[in-house]
Amino acid sequence: MLHIPLWKRVVIWGLVALGLLYAMPNAFYSRVETHNDALVAIERQGSTPEREAQAAVWPSFLPSSLVNLGLDLRGGAHLMAEVQVADVYKDRMDGYWPEIRDALRAARDQVGTIRRLDGPPGELRIGISNPDGMARALEIVRGLARPVTSLTGVGATDIEVQGQNGQLVVTLSEAERAATDDRTIRQSLEIIRRRVDEVGTREPTIQRQGQDRILIQVPGIGSAEELKQLIGTTAKLTFNGVEGRTTDAQADPGARNLLLPSMDEQGVYYIVQQTPVVSGEDLTDAQPSFDQNGRPAVNFRFDPTGARKFGDYTAANIGSPFAIVLDNEVISAPVIRDHIAGGSGIITGNFTVEQSTQLAVLLRAGALPARMTFLEERTIGPELGQDSIDAGRIASLIAGLAVLVFMWASYGLFGLFANVALLLNVAMLFGLLSMIGATLTLPGIAGIVLTIGMAVDANVLIFERIREEMKTARGPARAIELGYDRALSAIVDANITTFIIATILFTLGSGPVRGFAVTLGLGIITSVFTAIYVTRIIIVTWFERRRPKTIEV
Amino acid sequence: MRLRLVPEQTNIDFFKYRNATLGASVVAMILAVVLWLVMGLNFGIDFKGGTTIRTQSTQAVDVGAYRNALQPLNLGDVLITEVFDPSFGPDQNVAMVRIQAQEGQESVSSDTVASVEQALRALDPNIAFLSVESVGPKVSGELIRTAFLAVAASLAAILIYIWLRFEWQFSVGAVAALFHDVLLTIGIFSLFQIKFDLATIAALLTIIGYSINDTVVIFDRLRENLIKYKQRPLQDVMNLSVNETLSRTLMTSGTTLIALTALLVLGGDVIRGFVFAITWGVVVGTYSSVYVAKNIVLFLGVKRDWTSPGADKGNQFAKTDA
Repeated sequence: MLHIPLWKRVVIWGLVALGLLYAMPNAFYSRVETHNDALVAIERQGSTPEREAQAAVWPSFLPSSLVNLGLDLRGGAHLMAEVQVADVYKDRMDGYWPEIRDALRAARDQVGTIRRLDGPPGELRIGISNPDGMARALEIVRGLARPVTSLTGVGATDIEVQGQNGQLVVTLSEAERAATDDRTIRQSLEIIRRRVDEVGTREPTIQRQGQDRILIQVPGIGSAEELKQLIGTTAKLTFNGVEGRTTDAQADPGARNLLLPSMDEQGVYYIVQQTPVVSGEDLTDAQPSFDQNGRPAVNFRFDPTGARKFGDYTAANIGSPFAIVLDNEVISAPVIRDHIAGGSGIITGNFTVEQSTQLAVLLRAGALPARMTFLEERTIGPELGQDSIDAGRIASLIAGLAVLVFMWASYGLFGLFANVALLLNVAMLFGLLSMIGATLTLPGIAGIVLTIGMAVDANVLIFERIREEMKTARGPARAIELGYDRALSAIVDANITTFIIATILFTLGSGPVRGFAVTLGLGIITSVFTAIYVTRIIIVTWFERRRPKTIEV
Repeated sequence: MRLRLVPEQTNIDFFKYRNATLGASVVAMILAVVLWLVMGLNFGIDFKGGTTIRTQSTQAVDVGAYRNALQPLNLGDVLITEVFDPSFGPDQNVAMVRIQAQEGQESVSSDTVASVEQALRALDPNIAFLSVESVGPKVSGELIRTAFLAVAASLAAILIYIWLRFEWQFSVGAVAALFHDVLLTIGIFSLFQIKFDLATIAALLTIIGYSINDTVVIFDRLRENLIKYKQRPLQDVMNLSVNETLSRTLMTSGTTLIALTALLVLGGDVIRGFVFAITWGVVVGTYSSVYVAKNIVLFLGVKRDWTSPGADKGNQFAKTDA
């Protein structure tokens, strides 16, 4: 009657042991964390005796994955950024202009003279002097269109051209916009990742959210403001020729020139050429350093193309100033004294050491393709996180203890069996959470406490059922078996519905709420497993040893 | 000596006060809606946009002085509340400052936050800012939509699951009970003006999950008994099923409430609103599975047999209440 085949026993206890093994590192949290950090450091920066010693504090044959602590427990910063993808359209159209201009010029006898007109951003408007040549002009420009390189945009071309009142209007096509947006977000993600990695913090989360958003969570960072400065700066560096210097903010810079404010000198503006000589893309390295006067500065080096362009320009313009422009502000405008041939240079300005270090980081990581606006910012101080952990730990302990006592008082020996299962359940839950690298949040702790409360439900269902079956069944063995069999459908139905809810929470929730959904959902899995299999195996083993004539549930 | 929440054998007539209990539920639901409409919900920044700053100081919190200090900054609606918690130490004085979303800004600018921090620091040099959270109106609008969607999706999913596993009357009864639980929770949040934020939505969904758990266990027993006692009236079979599962219902509610009470008292103020919602939901949910869900099933079940006799192919409950 009550018989569980050996292989089943082995599998059940094996799973329990596996869960315990994976849960174990969490009991030695700081030690395992030191070990993991040391391993990362060795991989990145090479081995030192100190790091080896740190790595050795936890044996490498044991599992070392931990439950990640969420921002609300560890402290740190959370940002939700929206990438202004439309910024890129303008650059793309500007990039198209020379090509279109040259193509139309070649057909000057048909379309007449051409000039670029002002238009809204992301639109290229071209006036032609001979309205009769419009058809020909459209044909020429359309001929320049390239096929879109994306899966969804097969067959489409990248630009759309229309003729309006004697003007050519060139815009990016729908398919190309989608492809461009996707590329922009992916580039932004990559650059943000590089910038955050440069700071060297532990386990940052950088994820794409929806169409044009990026979620950034960095534990351990002081404030969202700090993070925003690190990733929010576009860091577009250019070197431009200088046309003049003025204090008039309304001054007309003239065609193909820009009026840019100075970063350090209040009220001073520089008129610089719109087309840069070299840009940050040509940089290969940037390092914080000091100039000959001991002030913080940034050393940089160009790649061969950049070095050649920069060398040619400096050779041709000795004695005139050039501007170092960062995000539309002039950092400095030194006068070229000599031909700079080696492809390296130094940026000086009124920097602090922090600023020069950060600028170097930004230049190394590269410029963001588009601006970002921040829709959501959260900073959680580490003290608050620690308070929450402490409170959560005490509450869970008390809650667990109370439930254990309550179960024992209600079901006696069987209650103790359920209690063993409950403890194994919590341990296995932690094991599962570590195994999948889930993040534990404050609501997640509440989820565990709730699981402790509800996990006994399955056992309660079974025990109540056994009590009932005792009244009719022949002998305790039969009652136990019937109890398990007949309670099963209620257990399954009740837990599947809760699991559906956890899934919905996980899909639609974010951050802490998602952490709650994870513990709730995994808690259901482990509690059903322990209630159906583990308590059963305990009870059956006990029954086989003792062979009691009656049982009291 | 065993602890028994209910006697070995109970024979309570749960339909005796059917009109009273159902009436009370309906009145409570109407009251909740009225409260919701009249008093509104105390939306957190998740749903309203804006900034909250949590401060901590060794000096006592003087809400009036805080307000005066922030007055000159012209930030619009500023809400300052002192936070109390048994887990705080003797010189741990915590306050929450909430600033409305600022005109023309997606998320509150760092300048605004800095000026607030500066003003408060001038008042109390020992003040520390434990957390600063800011949500822009664009995101908060979406969060409301997602939250609404989450609750609706959960109810729909349960409606379908119960329908597949049981009968449509059961799923209507279960969802009516869930609706009851959700409304009453919203009502109490409105009555006490407890902060209603994303975590509250998670709590609402948990309540739905817990309450359906309870309801399903009773339904499961009901289905079993309906097959067993083919001749007994539906109402009797229902009473029997609830009585049989009563011990389990109270045991599970008991253990869950014990765990939640520990969390409510000791878990800290950050999640108190969340835990309170779940605790309240467990109480309401237990009540609704016993009183609301099966009343609806009884009502629907009887009515259906009256209108379309013999049309219920494959429905094992069709003839049981004749």
